[in-house]
Amino acid sequence: MTGKMSRAGIPVAFVSGVLFGLGLLISGMNNPAKVRAFLDLFGNWRPELIAVMGSAVVIFALAFQLSKKRRQPLCADAFHEPTLKKTDARLLTGAVMFGVGWGLVGLCPGPALVNILNLNPDVLLFIAALLVGNRLAHYLVGPVKAAK
Amino acid sequence: MTDELIGGALIGIAASLLWLGIGRISGMTGVISSLFVVRDTSRHWALWFLAGLLLALPLFYLAGGESPVEMTGNKTLLVAAGLLVGFGTYIGNGCTSGHGVCGMGRLSLRSMLATITFIVAGVVTVAVMNHSGGAL
Repeated sequence: MTGKMSRAGIPVAFVSGVLFGLGLLISGMNNPAKVRAFLDLFGNWRPELIAVMGSAVVIFALAFQLSKKRRQPLCADAFHEPTLKKTDARLLTGAVMFGVGWGLVGLCPGPALVNILNLNPDVLLFIAALLVGNRLAHYLVGPVKAAK
Repeated sequence: MTDELIGGALIGIAASLLWLGIGRISGMTGVISSLFVVRDTSRHWALWFLAGLLLALPLFYLAGGESPVEMTGNKTLLVAAGLLVGFGTYIGNGCTSGHGVCGMGRLSLRSMLATITFIVAGVVTVAVMNHSGGAL
């Protein structure tokens, strides 16, 4: 049995979304110019965004270690740890494509979503293209086949 | 750098809450893909997560926050970048959140490789753009 979530799981997911979004906004990750300045290693490099990933990773790593002592999460029946382990051409091709797109404009999926309610037409155009890209990949390439 | 540390900590807390609360990885790529399988009840959590994510902006404004969004207005660039990000994150199974935060936190070799790769690709892209006259 997987995927069962108790009713209390709904507010957990909702609150997590709010906190995640506030984190992106407070850190400035949703501002493409700031992200591109972070990626501008050979120009006017602005390294501050390292602190965003750094603190987020450390906190999640602690939570992940804590979860190993538990059989199940508080409001669901199982921990859904990603099962993919392969480091193959598909993974790297995807990461390169994503990185190039990220560098071109400075938006990755989370910040793009957080910015939606600004109704900035340029952000909405980017998201529309992102959704098309997602579906193109789904129909042309398809999901990773479950491998042992 | 305080804002970056606080923001990052909030992201880490959000990801921890989702993991310890319902055992799910807070990956935006997966959340976006969930929009296309809304009848799959096992992924309904992602829709609630997305609703919260969208609400963050008005809440932030209500609290007096300021959030500049400075970006290119070049439509071709926006469409090309969106297609690359959508396609790339789908076949790479993750982006800055799923691989960069959660995968790195899980010490997943796969996610570390993905994260290094997309950061390097982003750095190279920005460098090439800035040295070729710059479209932004």
